[in-house]
Amino acid sequence: MSEKDDRFSQAFKEILSGGLTRTLLAIILGFLVGALFMIVSNKEFIEALGYFFSRPADAFAAAWNVVANGYGALFRGAIFNADADSFEKAIRPITETLRLGAPLIAAGLGIGLTFRVGLFNIGGTGQLIFGMIFATWVATRLELPFVIHMLVAVIAGILGATFLGALVGYLKARTGAHEVILTIMFNYVAISIFTFLMRDPNLLQEERATGNPKADPAAETALLPKIFGDEFSVHFGLIFALVAVVVYWWLMERSTIGYRLRMVGHNPDAAESAGVNVKRTYVIAMALSAAFVGVAAGNQALGTSIGVIPSSHANIGFDAITVALLGGSSAPGILLAGLLFGAFKAGGPSMQVIGISPEVLGIVQAAIVLFIAAPPLIRALFRLPKPQTTNALAAIRDRFFRKGGAK
Amino acid sequence: MNPLVEEKVGFKAPIVMASLGFVVILFFGFLGKEGDVAFQLSRRQDVIQLDPIIINAVLLGIVSGALMLLIAVFSTIQAVQNKRTPVWVSAIFGLIGVISLLGWLATGNSVPVAFIAGTALVLAVPIIFGSMAGVMSERVGVTNIAIEGQLLTGAFMAAVVSTITKSYTLGIIFAMSTAAIFSMILATFAIKYLAQQIIVGVVLNVLAIGVTNFLFQQWLKEDGENLNFPGTLDVIRIPVLSDIPILGPVLFENRLTVYFALIAVPLLWFVMFKTKLGLRARAVGEHPLAADTVGINVGRTRFWWVTLGGAMAGLGGAALTIGNAGAFGREMTGGIGFIALAVMILGRWHPITASLAALLFGFSIILRVWANQVSPGIPSDFITMVPYVVTIIAVVGFVGRSRAPKALAQPYVKG
Amino acid sequence: MKLELRGITKRFGTLVANDSINLTVEAGEIHALLGENGAGKSTLMNVLYGLYTADEGQILLDDKPQDFDGPGDAMAAGIGMVHQHFMLIPVFTVAENVALGNEPTGLLGSMDMAAARNKVLEISERFGFNVDPDALIEDLPVGIQQRVEIIKALSREARVLVLDEPTAVLTPQETDELMEIMRQLAKSGTSIVFITHKLREVKAVADKITVIRLGKVVGTASPDASTNELASMMVGREVELTVQKELSELGPALVEVKNISVLDDRLHRAVDDVSFDVFGGEILAIAGVQGNGQTELAEALVGVRSVIKGAGSIAVKGKDVTSASVRKVLEAGVAFIPEDRKKDGLVPEFTISENFMLNQSFTSRFTKGLNINFPLRKEIATDLVDRFDVRTPSIDTPAGKLSGGNQQKVVVARELARDVEVLIASQPTRGVDVGSIEFIHEQIVSERDRGKAVILISTELDEVLALADRIAVMYRGKIVGIVGPETPRETLGKMMAGVSA
Repeated sequence: MSEKDDRFSQAFKEILSGGLTRTLLAIILGFLVGALFMIVSNKEFIEALGYFFSRPADAFAAAWNVVANGYGALFRGAIFNADADSFEKAIRPITETLRLGAPLIAAGLGIGLTFRVGLFNIGGTGQLIFGMIFATWVATRLELPFVIHMLVAVIAGILGATFLGALVGYLKARTGAHEVILTIMFNYVAISIFTFLMRDPNLLQEERATGNPKADPAAETALLPKIFGDEFSVHFGLIFALVAVVVYWWLMERSTIGYRLRMVGHNPDAAESAGVNVKRTYVIAMALSAAFVGVAAGNQALGTSIGVIPSSHANIGFDAITVALLGGSSAPGILLAGLLFGAFKAGGPSMQVIGISPEVLGIVQAAIVLFIAAPPLIRALFRLPKPQTTNALAAIRDRFFRKGGAK
Repeated sequence: MNPLVEEKVGFKAPIVMASLGFVVILFFGFLGKEGDVAFQLSRRQDVIQLDPIIINAVLLGIVSGALMLLIAVFSTIQAVQNKRTPVWVSAIFGLIGVISLLGWLATGNSVPVAFIAGTALVLAVPIIFGSMAGVMSERVGVTNIAIEGQLLTGAFMAAVVSTITKSYTLGIIFAMSTAAIFSMILATFAIKYLAQQIIVGVVLNVLAIGVTNFLFQQWLKEDGENLNFPGTLDVIRIPVLSDIPILGPVLFENRLTVYFALIAVPLLWFVMFKTKLGLRARAVGEHPLAADTVGINVGRTRFWWVTLGGAMAGLGGAALTIGNAGAFGREMTGGIGFIALAVMILGRWHPITASLAALLFGFSIILRVWANQVSPGIPSDFITMVPYVVTIIAVVGFVGRSRAPKALAQPYVKG
Repeated sequence: MKLELRGITKRFGTLVANDSINLTVEAGEIHALLGENGAGKSTLMNVLYGLYTADEGQILLDDKPQDFDGPGDAMAAGIGMVHQHFMLIPVFTVAENVALGNEPTGLLGSMDMAAARNKVLEISERFGFNVDPDALIEDLPVGIQQRVEIIKALSREARVLVLDEPTAVLTPQETDELMEIMRQLAKSGTSIVFITHKLREVKAVADKITVIRLGKVVGTASPDASTNELASMMVGREVELTVQKELSELGPALVEVKNISVLDDRLHRAVDDVSFDVFGGEILAIAGVQGNGQTELAEALVGVRSVIKGAGSIAVKGKDVTSASVRKVLEAGVAFIPEDRKKDGLVPEFTISENFMLNQSFTSRFTKGLNINFPLRKEIATDLVDRFDVRTPSIDTPAGKLSGGNQQKVVVARELARDVEVLIASQPTRGVDVGSIEFIHEQIVSERDRGKAVILISTELDEVLALADRIAVMYRGKIVGIVGPETPRETLGKMMAGVSA
């Protein structure tokens, strides 16, 4: 083997062993697992299985059909609809993906931040709800001029979420209680408070919604404006999410604050000896994390012209965990992961239309992250080489895709 | 080393107790509604009939509050002497509080004691099984956030298999074994692939929700009659014992799943603390390397305890469907698994105290339903919130310093 | 029982920890295995005990080849081990710890605790150990814990007993008692492998000595060989136990410690009413057996651990820092080399250059507003790696990938590069190779010559004697006395056992 070949195979090995390859393989595996579920739950396939030995081709055809139709519908619903009669309608799916991905990205950044500090924020839902309470209050009970009203409402949402995050951080720092339990409990508390507020017209309830918990719609002036005109529903929430990505990148990779956050995440003892107040860092980290979740809260509260209801949190707080894990807690990773899971949300209804339950995407989502969670598993499955570090590729990767992971 | 221990017992417990005492004496007592309340000790069908206890609600509030304040004073004296308040004192404190709350809610009405206690037990059973799964897993050092998923899997399998095979026995067996297999994923990822256990747990919950939702949507919804119509287990009355006043109807007139729980909890306690299996399990959770050096296979011990814990949770799932609801519903666990986790921590990783904490949650669920009937003015959202707030206060105030198994969430890697 | 190891080789990746080691221990013999930290002694014993699987070679007991698949097998074959870090479960009782893995059971598989208790009492009485079977391990002093470990091994009928650095945590008196126990055991026919790097103990108790260095057996010796001979075998050249240093001029008192007391994690009083001053231009060594409060003292000085309120004070350069945060103490002019570099001194996942700014991330030359000053950091890191001879492929290598000695150099470089007047160095050369030890010692002395006040905390008497201008000896949280560097070893040894000079 010549030296050049050798170097090539070395580089190839490194690409294979890297996080990016592993992530792609996990995504592919996830889709395969989803396909499996679609196949075994498909009636035609089960029928064909009954006479499998006489005409096996039927079973394979049925299996292929259901998978192709299912993922085809997902593509049409989430990326590009080639059957549409106008160009606007054809590209509407991708704009839907952007719209639904935006809050996942913002909340994913929040959860990713805690992973890098060695914390687990399972409380995205509660923080999101607190943010929505504040944002909805500003949007429905204050009268302010256009743009300013919207900005104030978004900031209120961020502050509301931050408040709850900081509270959890404070309680953890002060008493040593585990943040996982605290955040889970606060999720339930938050949803109860939210529902209570939406039951009383003096608080947030819409006048006409007798008895049912439903909030007043946000004032026109507070709604997030549409980006591409009324034809597309994607709104400024996307811009805020993209700004959040840049802020997150700067914070974690370039700033001294992020440096200390990462330090505490990797080795709190060393951080303590280096003069970092670890407890205060936990409070700051939970607050910052919730602030990013708050951006998603603004998106949920101000992105729709009908009033919010208790389920408007849309499980984003939980989905954000998978987004952060898939994105490796890095800014670009979370951006891409949020878009992927946003596409799942956008494409679900089209699958429903052709009779495949979009719940299968939940399985795909879980399977992907499960494979991501155990790098040795993927390596074992595909006989990938062990990770190698010292070289330029690794340096570049380190720079942009710095793996946070929770230690 | 100097043997002088200089630990300070804090004043958190007395402070919390005193404030609760004041709330009771003020709101339930002096500011409470005038009227009588009847505590019905017997049901109409019971063999032995006890007369209901009728008492003035305001008086009850004042007396209870005063007793609670007295206990708070006792607790303060203990704290001053650097002693902890014994658990049984706290338990009595809680009981008095509960009685005063019931009396206040049902002023001018009656409190069906047996009904409330019995239903609380039935509702607590899935939580108890879930927390047992947590105890079994965490005592060997594997964090189990996936209880929710294990319960859901068990609930689904119990409903579907019981319907298809028309056999509850098979339903329970499948519920337990499927949840056990599901737990094996957690065990394998944690032990073999050294994955972050909390992450795996969270993801497994998402997976269980995804799979059951998908199958529910794809199959059960259309063909519920043939797939999701198990009904519930028969109520078994244990002769003689079920005639004991108050206790009889609560403990000895139940479905099989409740009896399983009543057996499983003391059994687990015995195995965990009195047998060599338990000693080894706890050793693995505290100091795996030390366990390894005396020839205990750490990986295998962890694997089987986590797996059997899953089977426990599977039984808890069965208790949800064929033990209570009579059918599987989308995401029907609704957070019970997380409550079980909280209960396990509140109970300090001990089967019996954890079960008592689970009863508290069961009680709060039935209280919400019942309170809505007897005094509709109470905002139900706040009652819903109570157990979670109690958990937060407990975790923050009392359990913060309690010791989890030392090697919890740490993978064990041999050289 | 006769133990024989033939050609044992154990590799970790590219590192050869044991390179075809041969060793024979006759029945009833006390065989010392002598070697520096990191020579491969513990690896070898873990192979013998079945914790590691050897890549090559054979273990024979009474000439029969053995195949251990885990410690259980080794134990069953009659090998008992007292590990350097005790393998005891702190929340279990003595009886439970001894029984673990070998439990007497009664009805329904329940534990027969009475039998377990009796076993402990029986062995304890046979050797005069005086151990309470119902005591919780976490409440016992280390010396007693070690006896529990020995009881544990004996309760399993161990006929080969391996003691891994057993004296590291003991006072000289406890060490003497342990040696007596070892002789007694040997007399009863037990073979003993005694792993250590302390020459005096080897000479006192061993029947035969095998020296290993860098994973290889470099020779055998008898206990009457001279200390210098053994030492040079151990480190591979004539060792120079002293560092060249001139008398230096004493400056003002830079650190003043008055009557401080500190609690440890278990809330025991670990530091008890300690006072001392340290002047510019001197090295004050804090000597003592491990676990007598030195760790807690160092942590209290830096502010990681709080001092008991009300009594006592710490001042740096005349400024009171008794209850100041770590950051305030560091900013007051203190550099700190922590005892456990992996735990407290480094972030292994961070690159070397990131580690250089670890305690200077607030406002320093490394920062520009809220941003990190990346170009300058690179410049500083390149310079420090060069000046302190850190062997690394690049400044962007994660610190965790370096060898122990080089990791320590990163910590030392970071601390010495700070422009401050007080240096607290806790076990600065623990687990570091000989070459790096010399380098680090020279650096510490040159800091002192520059007028810094140095507090050196070390459990190695040799290190203390080589560097100190004054020696404070700690015992059970108190300073027994502060003496000059010319104090004889024997006197220091007595002080370390609590006898004041």
